[in-house]
Amino acid sequence: MTETMDTAVKSRPRASKAARPEQGAKPAVTLSENIVEIVSDSGEGAQRCGQTFGAIASQMGNGVWTEEIIPAEIRPPARSVAGGSGNRIRLGSGRITNGGNETDLVIAFNEQVLLGRVRTGDLKSDCTILLESMWREAKDPKIVASYIETHDQLVKAGYRVIETPMERECKTIVADAKRGKNMFALGMLCSIYSFDLQIAREQIALTFGKKDASVVQSNVKLLEAGHDWAEKNLDFKYRIPAARSAEPQIVVNGNTSLALGVLASGMEICAMYPITPATSVSHYLSSVFEKVGGIVHQAEDEIAACAFAIGASYAGKCAVTVTSGPGYSLKQEGIGLAVMGEIPLVVINVQRGGPSTGQPTKVEQGDLLTSMFGSHGDAPKVVIAPATIEDCFYSVITARKIAETFNMVVVVLSDASLGSSQQPFPRPQFSEAWLAPPIDQSEIPAGLKPYDWDATTGLARRFIPGQPGGMHTLTGLAHDRLSHVAYDADSNEAGIRARSHKLAALQRTLKTPAVFGGDKGDLLVIGWGSTKGAIEEAVGNLRAEGRRVSSLHLTFLQPMAPGIKEIMQRFKKVITIEGNWSDDPKDEIIDESNRRYSALAMLLRSRYLIDVDCWSEVRGQPIKPATIQRVILEKLKQKEQARP
Amino acid sequence: MTIHATECLLRLHDQHHELEDYQSGVPRWCTGCGDNAILAAVQRLCRDEKLRPEKTMFVSGIGCSSRFPHYMKTYGFHGIHGRALPVAEGIKMARPDLDVFVNTGDGDCCSIGAAHWIHAIRYNMNMTVMLHDNQIYGLTKKQASPTSPRGLKSNTTPRGAYLEGLNPLTVTLGVQNVSFVAQAVDWIPEVLYDIMRAAYHHNGLSFVRILQRCPEWLPDMFEPFMHDPMKTKLLTHEKGLQLSANLSKVYKNQEQHDPSDIHRAREIASGHDPIPVGILYHNPEVPVYEELRHAGQQRSAGYIKTNFEAELDKFTVWPPKADSKVQPSA
Repeated sequence: MTETMDTAVKSRPRASKAARPEQGAKPAVTLSENIVEIVSDSGEGAQRCGQTFGAIASQMGNGVWTEEIIPAEIRPPARSVAGGSGNRIRLGSGRITNGGNETDLVIAFNEQVLLGRVRTGDLKSDCTILLESMWREAKDPKIVASYIETHDQLVKAGYRVIETPMERECKTIVADAKRGKNMFALGMLCSIYSFDLQIAREQIALTFGKKDASVVQSNVKLLEAGHDWAEKNLDFKYRIPAARSAEPQIVVNGNTSLALGVLASGMEICAMYPITPATSVSHYLSSVFEKVGGIVHQAEDEIAACAFAIGASYAGKCAVTVTSGPGYSLKQEGIGLAVMGEIPLVVINVQRGGPSTGQPTKVEQGDLLTSMFGSHGDAPKVVIAPATIEDCFYSVITARKIAETFNMVVVVLSDASLGSSQQPFPRPQFSEAWLAPPIDQSEIPAGLKPYDWDATTGLARRFIPGQPGGMHTLTGLAHDRLSHVAYDADSNEAGIRARSHKLAALQRTLKTPAVFGGDKGDLLVIGWGSTKGAIEEAVGNLRAEGRRVSSLHLTFLQPMAPGIKEIMQRFKKVITIEGNWSDDPKDEIIDESNRRYSALAMLLRSRYLIDVDCWSEVRGQPIKPATIQRVILEKLKQKEQARP
Repeated sequence: MTIHATECLLRLHDQHHELEDYQSGVPRWCTGCGDNAILAAVQRLCRDEKLRPEKTMFVSGIGCSSRFPHYMKTYGFHGIHGRALPVAEGIKMARPDLDVFVNTGDGDCCSIGAAHWIHAIRYNMNMTVMLHDNQIYGLTKKQASPTSPRGLKSNTTPRGAYLEGLNPLTVTLGVQNVSFVAQAVDWIPEVLYDIMRAAYHHNGLSFVRILQRCPEWLPDMFEPFMHDPMKTKLLTHEKGLQLSANLSKVYKNQEQHDPSDIHRAREIASGHDPIPVGILYHNPEVPVYEELRHAGQQRSAGYIKTNFEAELDKFTVWPPKADSKVQPSA
């Protein structure tokens, strides 16, 4: 399937120059940051190249945020616009908290996957493109025509396209150049960004260490060849000043971070069913959990995974089930049972685009309300949302602790962006306090009831099978303090009140989140989850320009920490920025009486009776800081115009 | 899992329990309901096997049969419709030291929870599953169940059920890793007890289908079988059930069936009339899932820490001049 450039891409006057450097040294231009992408057909190794590049950059001491470019299919057709697979790496001098704006430099293995990237609008208008040139001499004249047409149009549109004979160069080193090209590309990147080649060699040894020495050797050769080629043939070189942190840093993606959190929390059983984009949490756990005494159970379906985790939690220590949107929907009845029976349970939802099957590999923050209000009847549960890769780790430990302290369901809302992005964070210092306490098998004192709800907090001691004197039957039916089925009005109300009050009891222990920026001003942006880095970058930039803008990021969505209303009241305007749907008042049919607000905006409006506005986007990609900056400026302008 | 000191103490004397020690509340089943007979057999089993009430777990779903745990003075888990098996599996995986029983009905197991049933057989965890099969939905007031025979009139099939009933025995015997399948009827308590005892002693998932009368909605369903002993075929074998002389006098229709013979077991299972009663299949060699997964391992905080730190090492970027004591050697 071959496509050609959109005619929509505007022509630009600037033409591509020959890239050959002049004789002598090539001065490196110093940059504060740069965004680079490597994209190929699925299976050509662009992801490995990108990940290794990210790891080398971290070793160099650069701030790094890497994102995966994932096709929805495992083996999409070769050379297809939708089939591009790879990595996007934002490098910086300081700490990088998000994927940033448009891409500065791309290495593409064919022009079709490159077109896919052009069409997402993710490339800078004058982006440098290193494009595999072998297609110019392809046997199929259609491919040749497509390549030439796309190349010429991109050049005309103002991109700086450098035709790169990656395949040809690799063939001099390895027989199967298609499989080695990614390391050649890595070598080019090391040259372009002035990376220490020795660190790259070591990283390759680490990556391929499990295979035999000849594999490492040939990959190192390819790396060096790529480096040499770039040194000789490219007329540019960058240096992004870096300072390695004085503290050890962990480099993992959000899903691995969640899995490490499961290990560190002392949870022992994870029940799951495969679902994109959550599955890699279980992949990593499956590879390591048994070594530390844990078990990953791949259940027959999402419902069974939830029920299995509930059974394990009930009988021993809090267990965890990991899923994404569709699976989260399927678990609802089980979650209600855990709420009713007051069984601690951690549910991790790595959100993806919805509804229904939606966009499995794309990011969305669409599950906030269903996390809070899912399951029928009044089913209060705790909802927390990690905002960074580091948060992913600690949120699981916090979730386990809350689940077992309050005998509640705790939902951890991550998303596809956090799940597949990497960002270094300080190596956690293990604490025994993170671990679940041993299973209580002591005798239950006479007279104690299985649901002895505290009159104030609603809390009751949990009885665990094996405890003499604690025998009772847990039931999902309405029950009294003895866990006897009770249909009478008072018992039903008492149970619902107790389960509700536990949320209030937890809320009393929460700290007011810190405001980013000034504690009062013209506009407060409120966000939750993976948008934190982008929001704070945008707010920081605007504050540097003198705008009176601040932001607040909520980790606890249910219950919400005290003091939020007071913060909002110190700003003239409050908006949320979210990755879910909200109606745009500019659309013809939309007015204030029918406008649907973003999830968090709706919650804030109803809870605090403050006229919170919202802006949101459901484009399947992380929201860019520049977009947020533009939105904030528009909102500030609207406010000024609205003034009498 | 942590094993506590209390667990390690030798019990110096056997605990003796009376039937009352396992009885809780007054069953709210209808008079003549087959569930009462099952409850009596199970309480007797608990007493005879000296099961510690606090270490015994009854897990159920939803339906008349699933009220069962409420009438046992053990730990019970009365969950949601169709999900008794995965809940029980989670319990067993977390706590292999508990004796786990599952009570499920023909709607619970063979309809809404059918996926779990198939997979539970395959997991083969050590638990005893009782399928209370009365061939009708009772709690929701007489709807056809998947095991209702063709032509059965109910509130959802007023002109008679359109489809042949599903045979839980043949289905179970067709699943990989099946290790114990038996059939009992509520109206022969002695055999019901013997089957339950054999099921309890099997290491693996014991699947016992119990044909059970529903006096409220299908009062005549099993009448012909109760009045004519020849319509019941008892399976006996030195490796299976041995009948008392009294019982043998009444139930003369018997077959010597070796429970290790799965092919014959499948043939027997497909027969409806006479009803086969006894142990159809028993294979103690099938691997048990929680044993394969090494459930119930002890782990200390230090052990977790060591392994956790080793995992972190894989992802750590060390500072430039790291102390050699901090940085692990390659």
